[in-house]
Amino acid sequence: MFLVPDPVVRFFHRMASPPHFYAFTERLMPWLVIIFLLLTATGLYGGLYLAPPDYQQGDSYRIIYIHVPSAWMSLFIYVVMAIAGAIGLIWRIKLAEVVMISSASVGASFTFIALVTGSLWGKPMWGTWWVWDARLTSELILLFLYLGVIGLYGAIDDKRTASKAVAILALVGVVNIPIIHYSVEWWNTLHQGPTVAKMDKPSIHVSMLTPLLLMALSFKVYYLIALILRTRVELLQRERNSQWVKVKATDEGRL
Amino acid sequence: MAMFDAFAAIVRRDLVLAMRRRSEVANPVLFFILVITLFPLGIGAQPKLLQAIAPGIIWVSALLATMLSLDSLFRSDFDDGSLEQILLSPYPTSILVLGKITAHWLTTGLPLLIVAPLLAVFLGMPNQSLSILLLTLLLGTPILSLIGAVGVALTVGLRRGGMILSLLVLPLYVPVLIFASNAVEMASSGLPVTAQINILISMLLMALVLAPWPTAAALKMSINS
Repeated sequence: MFLVPDPVVRFFHRMASPPHFYAFTERLMPWLVIIFLLLTATGLYGGLYLAPPDYQQGDSYRIIYIHVPSAWMSLFIYVVMAIAGAIGLIWRIKLAEVVMISSASVGASFTFIALVTGSLWGKPMWGTWWVWDARLTSELILLFLYLGVIGLYGAIDDKRTASKAVAILALVGVVNIPIIHYSVEWWNTLHQGPTVAKMDKPSIHVSMLTPLLLMALSFKVYYLIALILRTRVELLQRERNSQWVKVKATDEGRL
Repeated sequence: MAMFDAFAAIVRRDLVLAMRRRSEVANPVLFFILVITLFPLGIGAQPKLLQAIAPGIIWVSALLATMLSLDSLFRSDFDDGSLEQILLSPYPTSILVLGKITAHWLTTGLPLLIVAPLLAVFLGMPNQSLSILLLTLLLGTPILSLIGAVGVALTVGLRRGGMILSLLVLPLYVPVLIFASNAVEMASSGLPVTAQINILISMLLMALVLAPWPTAAALKMSINS
């Protein structure tokens, strides 16, 4: 608390209150949508028109502009979920619980997209829809972990209890993900090695890399949009008996 | 020392309870044997094929048998209220939970170890891999009980926790399955397996240290709801 400047602390304290969050995101939303559209348009234009075809894979490599960002998001969102879960467990912040549970289905969708696009790419490249390769397998297990989170949340009736249960599960999962990932990698590897995150020099040309990074950013913004929309709905549902929701509903003439 | 006494008391109590309900203890072992018997019937009894997939079959069956037995870990205590007494006791819940897990492993994991040699013979596994199979089961089944305890603690308050439990727990069992069955496979072709065994030991130690806490937290949550 002492290291962070006061205005930042105040901002987070206010954001933790549902009515303030609701009002703030309402103003934020148009900007996010504009940024998302711009990023996606330039990213797709760069990736599908400007970037040259690969000398081995031809045009079919272009699926990476969907596949790779989704795969990154699938892991990123799980970590976000675990962090939000930890915050919810420790400080009992309702908003963190809602963020956690709203992330789960978005993350599961990204994992599913990564699996499907990977499989579509694998058919012409590897000659088969599915191989029991390390990264495919750990992505599949990640999908099961997400489904477990969603299933557990749905199975418990009291939503505050359900959030606590899901937070514990997400924390256990986040400890296990590296173990699962490395054990599966050790078990079998066919997937092509990482080409972006090499410290010295990426082995991907810059004309292909720039659109990829743009798409990665646009997916991040999309996640933020989807997260905010889901969080707002979940907040309204949970707080339906509180004063600010009633005021909100009467103000907008829906009561 | 009082803490260790509490731990021992929990283990003793659960073992006595298990001895009074012998048929429940026998169920996982019977399930284990039955599943393994089904494989030769399903895929044909060619000795070469069976020998090749024996480590995988034995380990997958052990996984399923452990998972089915998990429900008994906290269920009866939850129903008759003794779980609340355990949580109310002055000792750390994680230690008492560890006691319950230990007793659970002694009544469900250890019997698997005892019947495993018989099943290895059924599947025609080479003799040199038998000791490694027993070693992996000795190291691996406690991990399964420890990880499973977290899942079952999360779902004990639910009326139908069975299906959701498998969804929660099985993905977390993957590393154990990979390293254990790989070690047995390597051993049957005469290769060294020190790396796999070391990894299993480290996973066991990690689970032993880390698993009781989320289990205790999840039990508190299940009781309060």
